[in-house]
Amino acid sequence: MVKIPKLVPTSQFQTIYVINGGKDLTKSALVIGGGIAGIQASLDLADRDIHVYLVEKEPTTGGKMARLDKTFPTNDCSACILSPKMADCAGHPNITTMTFSEVVKVDGKEGDFKVTVKKKARYVDPDECTGCGDCIVKCPVKNVPDQFEYGLSTRKAIYIPHAQAVPRVAIIDPDNCRMLTKGKCGICEKTCQKGAINYKDTDKEVVLDVGSIIVSAGFDVWDASIATEYGYGRYANVVTAMEFERMMGASGPTHGHIQMRSSGETPKKIAFVQCCGSRSEKDGWKKYCSSVCCMYAVKQAMIVKEHADIDEQIFFMDIRSFGKEFEDYIHRGERDYNIGMHRSSRVSHIEEDQETKKLLVNYSGPNGDPLTEEFDMVVLSVGLNPPAGVSEMAEVLGIELNEYGYCKTNVLNPLATSRPGVFVSGAFSAPKDIPTTVAESSGASAKAGAHIVDKNFVPAAPKEFPKETDVSGQEPRIGVWVCSCGINISATIDVKSLTEYVSTLPGVVFAKNSMYACAQDTLKEISETIREQNLNRVVVASCTPRTHEPLFRMACREGGLNKYLFNMANIRDQCSWIHMHEPEKATLKAKDLVRMAIAKAALLEPLQESTLPVTNAAAVIGGGITGMTAALDIAAQGFPVHLVEREAQLGGNVLKFRHKEDGIEVQDFLKEMIAKVNANDLITVHLNSEIEDIPGFVGSFKLKLKGKDEIPVGAVILAVGASQYKPTEYNYGKDDKVMTILELEAKIAENGFKGKNVAFIQCVGSRNDKVPYCSRVCCAGALRNAIKIKMADPTANVTVFHKDIRTYAFREELYRKASEVGVIFLRYNETDPLPAYDGKTVKAIDCILGSEVSVPVDTVVLSTGLTPDREEKEAIAQMLKIPISKDGFYFEAHQKLRPVDFATEGVFVAGSAHWPKFMDECMAQGSGTASRALTVISKNALSSEGIVATVNETYCDGCGVCEGCCEYNAIEIVTLENGVSKKSVVNAGLCKGCGSCVAACPSGAMEQKGFKSNQIQAELDAFLDFPVGG
Amino acid sequence: MAEFEPKIVAFCCNWCSYAGADGAGVARMQMPTNFRIIRTMCSARVDPEHVLRAFSKGADGVLVLGCHPADCHYIGGNYRARRRIALLRMVLEQYGFDPKRMKLEWVSASEGEKFQKTVIEFVDTIKALGPNPVCSKEA
Repeated sequence: MVKIPKLVPTSQFQTIYVINGGKDLTKSALVIGGGIAGIQASLDLADRDIHVYLVEKEPTTGGKMARLDKTFPTNDCSACILSPKMADCAGHPNITTMTFSEVVKVDGKEGDFKVTVKKKARYVDPDECTGCGDCIVKCPVKNVPDQFEYGLSTRKAIYIPHAQAVPRVAIIDPDNCRMLTKGKCGICEKTCQKGAINYKDTDKEVVLDVGSIIVSAGFDVWDASIATEYGYGRYANVVTAMEFERMMGASGPTHGHIQMRSSGETPKKIAFVQCCGSRSEKDGWKKYCSSVCCMYAVKQAMIVKEHADIDEQIFFMDIRSFGKEFEDYIHRGERDYNIGMHRSSRVSHIEEDQETKKLLVNYSGPNGDPLTEEFDMVVLSVGLNPPAGVSEMAEVLGIELNEYGYCKTNVLNPLATSRPGVFVSGAFSAPKDIPTTVAESSGASAKAGAHIVDKNFVPAAPKEFPKETDVSGQEPRIGVWVCSCGINISATIDVKSLTEYVSTLPGVVFAKNSMYACAQDTLKEISETIREQNLNRVVVASCTPRTHEPLFRMACREGGLNKYLFNMANIRDQCSWIHMHEPEKATLKAKDLVRMAIAKAALLEPLQESTLPVTNAAAVIGGGITGMTAALDIAAQGFPVHLVEREAQLGGNVLKFRHKEDGIEVQDFLKEMIAKVNANDLITVHLNSEIEDIPGFVGSFKLKLKGKDEIPVGAVILAVGASQYKPTEYNYGKDDKVMTILELEAKIAENGFKGKNVAFIQCVGSRNDKVPYCSRVCCAGALRNAIKIKMADPTANVTVFHKDIRTYAFREELYRKASEVGVIFLRYNETDPLPAYDGKTVKAIDCILGSEVSVPVDTVVLSTGLTPDREEKEAIAQMLKIPISKDGFYFEAHQKLRPVDFATEGVFVAGSAHWPKFMDECMAQGSGTASRALTVISKNALSSEGIVATVNETYCDGCGVCEGCCEYNAIEIVTLENGVSKKSVVNAGLCKGCGSCVAACPSGAMEQKGFKSNQIQAELDAFLDFPVGG
Repeated sequence: MAEFEPKIVAFCCNWCSYAGADGAGVARMQMPTNFRIIRTMCSARVDPEHVLRAFSKGADGVLVLGCHPADCHYIGGNYRARRRIALLRMVLEQYGFDPKRMKLEWVSASEGEKFQKTVIEFVDTIKALGPNPVCSKEA
């Protein structure tokens, strides 16, 4: 038992909390890195009632994602989806964020680490600083290159890192501050009304007691100046992708306009040069594939195209769109956006015309010919690097790094480092995209939590808010915030005139335009204005309530206002974005939308939430490697799990794998895992089990298995996997020469393979008209076996027929090795049919030669993809009311930041049921769902929505129409004491708030809180009683 | 005379069609500005009275958008909406009101494109029908 040391509050919210009511806590967890990886890991632990220290070396959280403009493949605004998480993290009572801090020492062992953290001198007291920025205006030191903008703009010597920084407090750069370098100046000290400036500030050390550590230290961008052949740093119009991303950003140095550095003009023609720093053995370059560059280049090209008609061309070797719905995205870029795609075209060097500053891009064409094309601007798709100082960090943490300088992990234990109790998530273990990072971070938090939760574990206390003000009987006093969302809204909608209009509407006593309504400073302003102006309703006109309502509701609660006294007008997603070319009409529409929201807000009433009981157990559907991982991780924190498998044994698809990972036979590993599951008292395995139904809702599901009593569970994890595609091509099943990869692997393992002329055919059952997606795992599977064949028999002829080779991240080593041992790669055109096979030879048109090549074969190996088994998935989907993606996999709540959740609470998805993926990715995701499920089942009760049905007894005559249409049995017709009259009664705990009974009620007695008839009518009237635009 | 610009009310359920409308925005799918969305938790919350009120106040068209059959977040709310709208259509027809002014459509959370298509087509339909005869704004 340790006392939490008093730490510097990290946000304005923090000051109002006392962690766990000041009581003793058991151990905390430590998360290193405040990017999206660290944020997710912290939030999951905190939601599981474990206290977290989040240590970030930069002065703000957000990491690299905060620098991105948009994210693929949804083109979501990065800041818009990240900001709520940053704010959640900063406002969470169980998270103590320590920015501008570094871990300098780790003593002890798992379950009991003593970690020394150095809090670097900020020279500004974060307790006192309000982030007003007055000091920044007055600071005389200009022109310091702004690192957040990659030097594309300048900042002062005292600065706030960026508009959405968390915490939003100033910091002095000691290398450029006149007072700190020369002892003369002191202007900021004189300017600051709060006395927050402290030139004598020093680094401080604190020691933290933690049970486990998650390292989410992220990555750095590869230094493009190493690629001297591309002229970065010498040629004005060669930029890196990160610089380009900042230019795209509305809040970036060029306010969203793409400009040539040579002239400030918009380029007419841009080249994107892929694999800059990746997939090469050149000095200083990285051998691995950086995994994300193909997708982000297409994203950048698409977004730029939306704003200006620019000729854009991408030069690449292979396009690596292996993720969920990535292939569609690439096609969309090529087809709908006319982005030029130069396949098999690596850029050798770039020359600059010294007069015009135009750039000559030299590349090898698909058939190997040297070609040249002139461009106005070149974007280098720079790869990922391990973070700066990684060796020192590894030494401090006592963890090993791999040959590429990333954190060393193991395919069979993907979230563990070499030191027990220290886990890893995100790009610190390999280059990867955001959804994979988020799933891993949840997973790492499940692993880390297991070292903290023991019999002495005391959960951290729930968040406390200021007492709610009683607003009953008051006239509406409405405060309205109109968001510009950078320029996402203000580029189309005249926010100034909108704000002015809003201030004239009845009930509105405060109206203001904000750059970002969701930024920390605005949220704080909302809370403060509620008090100062005695607001009793708040309306925010910005994006969608689906993502941002919880955040603003929280700000209302901080201001002492019941969170249901808040309403949102969606003027971005449903106005500025869909009417980009009609700014006047969009502005009029926005006025209508805000007027409607205000009209409804005026009638809103404070609501109270009821609590729902929670069954402290989980169901995991699917006994493969994903499901078993999830089950073990949940059991490790002391909760019972029901693991359901339809087959007679556990193991799933992995039972068919016959290879080694990191020197260990996968089958041996699998046997051990199955034994662990069977030996665990908390895990009940249901084999040969078929699911009849899973009725219920978060906290209270009932798992109904055929022929068994129903089992109550609080959460459900779907790990039902996917199947190998059964080929109908190549006479499979009739021709002995034709086999799948797994069949080949089994033959090799049994020393029964004697093939001399082997052809691998990629994308059988993937990337075609019927199955448009890439199955992600087949390239690596084929190459692994191609190498085995060549190693065993160097005289064997092995040819791989492919469209692209997608050995992403460190799997690129397979590609390199295969080429080295003499595997022949034959690329055929993406739009061509599969290579022809006549029983003796395989034929295809070789892109390099431009003519047909015929390869004699004695073995044809089909790289078959995964099929989603849509029918089976749909059956379960209907039971749980969850969606299926267009490709037939489960469709998660949000492709980027909620990769294992569903919109339906308490249900989660992992493994290849979500999308085809490798074993390590399946296990990491399995752990991720365990963590998400633990945030539900570890609670004694959940609080339900306040939006439920309610009966006005005066009008109700107990007719029972409502009872009949309630899907949740939440309504009961009771006979009153007089024995005659009947009335309807709603069980608020069971009611899900759909409002079906309300529309059905013939007497107007039934109402839906938050969506009352008079509130909906007020919205209607506010639209229809006025001319368009008011 | 300026071109007739219809006023359209679009009721969207929170889970599917409102999300689909957001999805259209995220994908920057452009469409006419004539509609205003009113969010309800489920399409079953749309009371026929709301639709009638909209028409009586001069709405030229009303869209009711919900989850696809079997996808309803509230199990079967969309089926109830379907039945109610079918009845309402009969009522409208009996009063000599063109039922084409009211449309029920299924738009899922991932169907931004369908949302766009639905809006464009409905605006065209209403433009062809002309202003709401009950409460003509020109009158």
